[in-house]
Amino acid sequence: MEIIVCIKRVPETADADIVIDRTGRDIEKGGLVFDINEWDNYAVEEAILLKEKYGGSVTVISMGPEEVNETLRRALAMGADQAIRLTDPAFEGSDGYTIARVLSQAIKPLSYDLILTGVQTEDDGYGQVGPTLAEILGIRHAAVVNQIEGIESGRTRVHRELEGGLEEILDLELPAVLTIQTGINEPRYVSIMGIRKVAKKEIKVLGLRELAMKPEEAGEPGSLTVVEMVSFPPVGEGAQILEGTMDEISDKVVTILKEKGGVA
Amino acid sequence: MDFNLTTEQEMIRDMVRDFADKNIKPVAAQYDEEKRFPFENLKKMAQLGLMGMNIPVEYGGSEVGVIAYSLAMTEIGKACASHAVTTSVTNMVAEVIHEFGKEEMKRKHIPKLCNGEYPAGSFAITEPHTGSDAANIKTAAVLDGTHYVLNGRKTMITSGEHAGVTVAWAVTDKSARKGKGISAFVIEKGTPGFSIGRAEEKMGHRASPLNELIFDNCRIPKECLLSREGEGFKIAMMELDGGRIGIGSLAVGIGFGAIDFAAQYVKEREAFGQPLSKFEAIQWMIADSYTELEAAQLLVLRAAFLKENKLQFTKEASMAKLFATEVGRRVAIRAVQMLGGYGYTRDYPVERYLRDVIGTTLYEGTSEVQRIVVAREILKR
Repeated sequence: MEIIVCIKRVPETADADIVIDRTGRDIEKGGLVFDINEWDNYAVEEAILLKEKYGGSVTVISMGPEEVNETLRRALAMGADQAIRLTDPAFEGSDGYTIARVLSQAIKPLSYDLILTGVQTEDDGYGQVGPTLAEILGIRHAAVVNQIEGIESGRTRVHRELEGGLEEILDLELPAVLTIQTGINEPRYVSIMGIRKVAKKEIKVLGLRELAMKPEEAGEPGSLTVVEMVSFPPVGEGAQILEGTMDEISDKVVTILKEKGGVA
Repeated sequence: MDFNLTTEQEMIRDMVRDFADKNIKPVAAQYDEEKRFPFENLKKMAQLGLMGMNIPVEYGGSEVGVIAYSLAMTEIGKACASHAVTTSVTNMVAEVIHEFGKEEMKRKHIPKLCNGEYPAGSFAITEPHTGSDAANIKTAAVLDGTHYVLNGRKTMITSGEHAGVTVAWAVTDKSARKGKGISAFVIEKGTPGFSIGRAEEKMGHRASPLNELIFDNCRIPKECLLSREGEGFKIAMMELDGGRIGIGSLAVGIGFGAIDFAAQYVKEREAFGQPLSKFEAIQWMIADSYTELEAAQLLVLRAAFLKENKLQFTKEASMAKLFATEVGRRVAIRAVQMLGGYGYTRDYPVERYLRDVIGTTLYEGTSEVQRIVVAREILKR
């Protein structure tokens, strides 16, 4: 079982004070802490679980500057076997489509049965890379996978999470791209022993030339979308702060819900 | 001069931070309240390699060096002092057995300390009548054929009731000059004649018990002796030098834990129409706290660097422990002050950090003992 996992290093923004940068098209990332995209962490864990069950190897691929090595090394320490970093000034400003295109160029020469990605990223959140990658490679895909039942004679049965608590079970022929939902497993912590094994491990670096791409195929020129501006959502109005003891507050909530027709 | 951490050290720090944020921080207040020993987390931490950080891989350790150890202890300290001190003492017990134990002892106990089969190890010197004056212990060990027979009482022993193995100090030669007749022994939990007494009711570190240990005609095989007879006091002092790096590191962590919380709080809490963080009085407390903590961490890391490179570090470890624990205490008091009345309540974590950090100025040598060590090292030149 040869598995490729595409991962991204993203800024942690949940507790941070977000500031829009001077271009108005992105946020200031200087003071932010970066870590692996949460969804991708589950994808890496799932790949390693599959490898532990079926044998084979796991290759992690990420796009970005040298700091991305940290994220790749962490995946190696969890149990991945090889890491590849895709970097080139020309990749700057890539949208979901272009990222998928760059990834596909790196993946084409490799042998693989499964490609896993996270459902989406915490930063851009388009959720496009996985399905687009499958289309470019001309293979099947399933998005928002929350269970992989197993793999048998070149096929896999997976569960997809749908809206409203529904679940869909798919039978796919391999190779395929699966975008992995959070909660599918419990990602392991890397142990010190794991870290020691990979701290000095070489990470393969590929640029535009190695991927046989032209500058106009990557980055902003190759993208199908352009970010014009980012902005904060307007501060909402009409919030009502309830005060009192827990019992008083819950009574008030029920009363208000009744008034608004939310509770019969 | 190079202040950069290696990739390995950074990865270990980040892993421990992540683990502590998700597994330790959320339970710290509850375990403190209930005086609950963190068995589950300690087991997980052992599996991550945090219990034998200076122990060779062949004995089950992760042998990653003293600097990485210091960084890990700081991260654990940020979340919970009880978890941190238990980890620190267990590491120290594994190290002392590794350094001075006979091969069979090492094979028997070190892997179990490292892999979490033993929830902890304990290090027993202090007795009811003597703490800082460690050479004044009275517990006696008398050789009787193939066994030593121990009699006496220890007190304030971290993790005593949970330790799979205890290293205990006893007098083997009463007639020797002070400090020269003491020996160290490795004693397994459940050895007949070895029992656990009461646990202290403490101000802080409440999830880590301090027990009384009772030796009543406790017979242990001769092979349980560490190194040779009469070497005990020297061994204790050497190990405590290393232990002080662990305590200094965790005290820095407690300080950061307290001030990180307070610094966030003052951005959100308003008074007189603006966030508290806009007041200079608050800003100065923040500036002083981070400056002092970073200075403390540099002292701690220097001591760690010296030990890692097998250089003399006695004075530096004592300086680091003294400064880091006192800075930690100062910072925790400021954190309480920054939260005002709320800082004094159990609804916020800063009062726990303060209660905990006070302990660090007392164990593994009080601040006063550190000053004795530092002055002696300087004046002997």
